[in-house]
Amino acid sequence: MTLLRALTGVVSLIVSLALTSAAGAADLGTLVANLTTGGFGDREAAIHALAASGDPRAAPILEALGAGRLFIRAADNAVVIGQAQGNQLALTDALTGKPAGTAAEDALQRVRINNRLRGAIDEAVGSLTLMSPDPGMRRSAADSLFKQRNPSALASVEHALAAEKDARIKRAFAEARASIILASDASKSQKLEAISIVRDRGDRDAMGILQAAASSVDPDIKAAAMLAAGSLHQTLAGWEAVQNVWYGISLGSVLLLAAIGLAITFGTMGVINMAHGEMVMLGAYTTFVVQQVIQTYAPGLFDASVVIALPLAFLAAGAVGVLIERGVIRFLYGRPLDTLLATWGLSLVLQQAVRTIFGPTNREVRAPSWMSGSFAVGQIDVTYSRLWIVVFALLVFAVLILVLRKTSLGLHMRAVTQNRPMAAVMGIRTPRVDALTFGLGSGIAGLAGVALSQIDNVSPNLGQGYIIDSFMVVVFGGVGNLFGTLVGATALGVINKFLEPYAGAVLGKILVLVFIILFIQRRPRGLFALKGRAVE
Amino acid sequence: MITRFLWQGLDRKLRWFIALVLAVGIVPALLNLLMPAGSALHVPAWVLQLVGKYLCYAALALAVDLVWGYCGILTLGHAAFFALGGYCMGMYLMRQIGSRGVYGNPILPDFMVFLNYKELPWFWHGFDHFWFAAPMIVIVPSVLALALGWFAFRSRVTGVYLSIITQAMTFALMLAFFRNDMGLGGNNGMTDFKVIWGFPVQADGTRVMLYLASALMLAIFLMISGAVVGSRFGKALTAVRDAESRMRFLGYRVERYKLFVFVLSAAMAGIAGALYVPQVGIINPSEFAPGNSIEAVLWVAVGGRGTLIGPVIGAFLVNWAKTYLTGALPEIWLFALGGLFVAVTLFLPKGVVGLWTQFEARRARPRRAAAA
Repeated sequence: MTLLRALTGVVSLIVSLALTSAAGAADLGTLVANLTTGGFGDREAAIHALAASGDPRAAPILEALGAGRLFIRAADNAVVIGQAQGNQLALTDALTGKPAGTAAEDALQRVRINNRLRGAIDEAVGSLTLMSPDPGMRRSAADSLFKQRNPSALASVEHALAAEKDARIKRAFAEARASIILASDASKSQKLEAISIVRDRGDRDAMGILQAAASSVDPDIKAAAMLAAGSLHQTLAGWEAVQNVWYGISLGSVLLLAAIGLAITFGTMGVINMAHGEMVMLGAYTTFVVQQVIQTYAPGLFDASVVIALPLAFLAAGAVGVLIERGVIRFLYGRPLDTLLATWGLSLVLQQAVRTIFGPTNREVRAPSWMSGSFAVGQIDVTYSRLWIVVFALLVFAVLILVLRKTSLGLHMRAVTQNRPMAAVMGIRTPRVDALTFGLGSGIAGLAGVALSQIDNVSPNLGQGYIIDSFMVVVFGGVGNLFGTLVGATALGVINKFLEPYAGAVLGKILVLVFIILFIQRRPRGLFALKGRAVE
Repeated sequence: MITRFLWQGLDRKLRWFIALVLAVGIVPALLNLLMPAGSALHVPAWVLQLVGKYLCYAALALAVDLVWGYCGILTLGHAAFFALGGYCMGMYLMRQIGSRGVYGNPILPDFMVFLNYKELPWFWHGFDHFWFAAPMIVIVPSVLALALGWFAFRSRVTGVYLSIITQAMTFALMLAFFRNDMGLGGNNGMTDFKVIWGFPVQADGTRVMLYLASALMLAIFLMISGAVVGSRFGKALTAVRDAESRMRFLGYRVERYKLFVFVLSAAMAGIAGALYVPQVGIINPSEFAPGNSIEAVLWVAVGGRGTLIGPVIGAFLVNWAKTYLTGALPEIWLFALGGLFVAVTLFLPKGVVGLWTQFEARRARPRRAAAA
């Protein structure tokens, strides 16, 4: 143990020296030059020294040496890496990594190696990635060793484990070591310890290794591995459920965004707006236009493009909404079926208008950097775009509730919803409230469009895909009840995602539709019905 | 007795209109058969095919009108019944292909051979006989309408909620029929039909017969609808449309009236679909698209809801415009269709037929004033 610790000290000293060395290139030059001179014994020492340098440039040099592609140029004694190119060799300077012209093979002298050196090189290359200064490289090296389970790598893994400072990568190395031990003929106690380490890793790869270990001849190891696999199986099933819930919430947030504007126009005004999906589409195209403008005039602002698009999309869709209300819908109050037909016609017109202006193909809306990528929580991957959309959906919902409850516009809206003639008598200008309500609902659809442009194809048909789902959400949650919409969207999202693994995406969706059709029969007014005694 | 019932329900205007429909059926058919191909009076087969398609659409529009115009149920899923009837016919025609298919399998249709089916799915049995397929064309849509209507009307799902349910139904069916596992041709649907009742589908003679059958179907549908609407039952139906709660309080079983007319209408739509399929030569899941059902509603709205003549006129007008515009100015078509939806609901709530009555009323008013 003391020996190991001493070794750790030495290695980390060397690594830190190599990292901090101001004359890194010069040192590398000496080390590389040592590769090409002396007997095989000296060269082996040189290989180890190069590996111990931890220099990122060392790995390609050693790989070239192992493949017999490392040469000394006769003209200037430079060490080069050669790549066959026709009859000639394309050369790269080994130290700088820059191209160094081409040469015929007889102008070069191959650096010779033997089998023993080959072994040393393999080991050195492996440990070089394990010792790489880049934490990501070390991590992925550990993970690939975990899966490869090559017993010959045990020594370098232990070496790296001892040198590692980062707690997470240290754990990855420990897991790799455990996995290798299970594959090797190590002692029983070591293997039992390894099983518990692998089990604690807790992912699908660990499951595979435990299942392999469960076929061991030793009854104790077999029992331990099976026990661990069993408990791991439960953990994984738990994670899978968590993942389904997350996907469900994510889908639910999309449904919520698409449906929430509809909940206002349909729920509080009783207007069936079949063009609602097209408001979403307008929002998405606004994002597209904003990104185009930013790319042309101010590329530096690209990361803010989505944020800039939000108010613009709200205004654009809201303005179209107000126009529709003033131009068509106000003549059709009290005739919901006619409203439905007229707005369907408007949706066709809007679709064709967008198709004429922007073309029928999908338009590319790119994600800003803070919305791309993902991170892991336990065993599930969470993409930033989905996370932001969930956050955004909840934010929009909260703001909307505030507007309805705390502003005078909200007060007027609720008054008109509850009793139109009485509200008018009290001096509320109901036509203006109608127009603003419709504009608000449409504007929120526009906001949804900005969010959906990040996860869906921006095409003239974008809105069509959401309109039926949105109606389902609103009707399921209960018309005229925003919290019903929230619960409805989340519930439908989660139900959909739990059905998908068993029934497939399409059949799952069909089942959800059938479920809603049956549900409406049971509760025609939705999950959370507004209480009332009115007969129609 | 039945004939008397049917005849009694018809007013003079409708009798003339039915005669007109029959004439539209017989005259071009005769002109096609009797006139030589070069003659100016010869009606080419493609015109018959096109008008035959319109006749089927008109029958669908009539079916929609029966529930919407007379009973106030705005169905946004009637194209589903139309397509189901079409699929039943398609299955019969597929089985008729026999070993003439590309793969030459005497039992399995081509797409099943392609998808590695080993044997015929259970629901395909019997469709090789017309005596089995024909009732299915009526039964399948009716049973679906019965199931949906039974639940929906009993739990008093009305108005827009019912519209949304029917739309969800046709959307779900579309998704289902798009699946290859469904055993009904997946997204390609069924096509490449060879024979119907032993006659080649593509032959001119067969086309003329199918065309005549479509006209006859529409005429019969008009008679049935006229009889239903003109009867005591029809009066109650209209009353349900105008004051459902009041009818219920008066002791009428509102849901039974609705259910009857809904099922009748679905059956009519199914038959129309069945005649549509051999004339266009293909049936695929896009027939279930929610847009199709809404378009059928537009035909009724354009022609005039609550009249029997209106939907037929509307279906012909809109579809003729569609054929013309999608050919001549494809960019314009959706603008025109969308604008038509808006214009009709805003300015022509009674449709084209309503224009005539408005005009008549205006003309009649001064005359009455003069008489007084």
